[in-house]
Amino acid sequence: MGATAHINFIAASYAAAVIIIGALIAWVTLDYRAQRRILAGLEARGVTRRSEPPRPERTPAPMKEEA
Amino acid sequence: MPLTDFANPSRFLGFANRTIPWLSGLTVLAFAFALNQAMVAPDDYQQGATVRIMFLHVPAAWLGMLGWGVMTVAALGTLVWRHPLADVAAKATAPVGAAFTLLCLVTGSLWGRPEWGTYWVWDARLTSELVLLLLYLGVIALWRTVEDPSRAARAVAILTLVGAIDLPIIKFSVDWWNTLHQGASVFRIGGSTIDPSILIPLFIMALAATLLFATLVLAAMRNEILRRRVRTLRLMQASAAS
Repeated sequence: MGATAHINFIAASYAAAVIIIGALIAWVTLDYRAQRRILAGLEARGVTRRSEPPRPERTPAPMKEEA
Repeated sequence: MPLTDFANPSRFLGFANRTIPWLSGLTVLAFAFALNQAMVAPDDYQQGATVRIMFLHVPAAWLGMLGWGVMTVAALGTLVWRHPLADVAAKATAPVGAAFTLLCLVTGSLWGRPEWGTYWVWDARLTSELVLLLLYLGVIALWRTVEDPSRAARAVAILTLVGAIDLPIIKFSVDWWNTLHQGASVFRIGGSTIDPSILIPLFIMALAATLLFATLVLAAMRNEILRRRVRTLRLMQASAAS
């Protein structure tokens, strides 16, 4: 049986794999970006978890003391 | 780092952030080699070139079942050990396992048409595999239905343990019933019936697909941890506003 006998079925199988796995990879990647974006937005508004220390106010760095 | 440290979601996030890029690169390299091996493998003496569909179909079938196996262990982790990451792992694995099960069914169907003369028959192996896909979809729907993740986790864990009955049915369906689907030909008593020229590329493809599976589950777990942080922060924001 030649390699071209059922080439359409073979090509369709590999195309299905690309579509299904590609969609899964895209979903995972886009979901990661979306969650990071939402978290960054919340933290920018000052909403942080209790286990995390609040973000320090932007103040000038203290002068180093002489040793 | 001891294994128990991964119970801490923050430490797990650090581990995932460090591991995912390496695992992704390794997966790409493994697939490049595996696809090359799959394409240069000789035609099967009976199936001809359609044996190349098996390089997708068989690993997809294994990983579809592995996914439910992972979820079963995670279900025990949720119900018995109350591990903080168990339900995260279960939720992350469900869509990945469902995708591989769908791929198994689609490629099996596309192989069946030229070899059996039909895309589908209601034999025990095919039907039990379809049941696995429906179980995956049921679990995904249940996660989306119950808003509180801890309540959803318990319901999903029970469904997962019940659904695990399907795994031995899939595996042994070809022995217990008279099926159009062929019997076990890779893992069987007496050794594989497949020639090494096809068996080795099959194992290489299975290794690459397993690396992809691990990468996607790890990435989906990272997403789920971040999603729960978002939920917690939004609840805190809502309670502070009220």
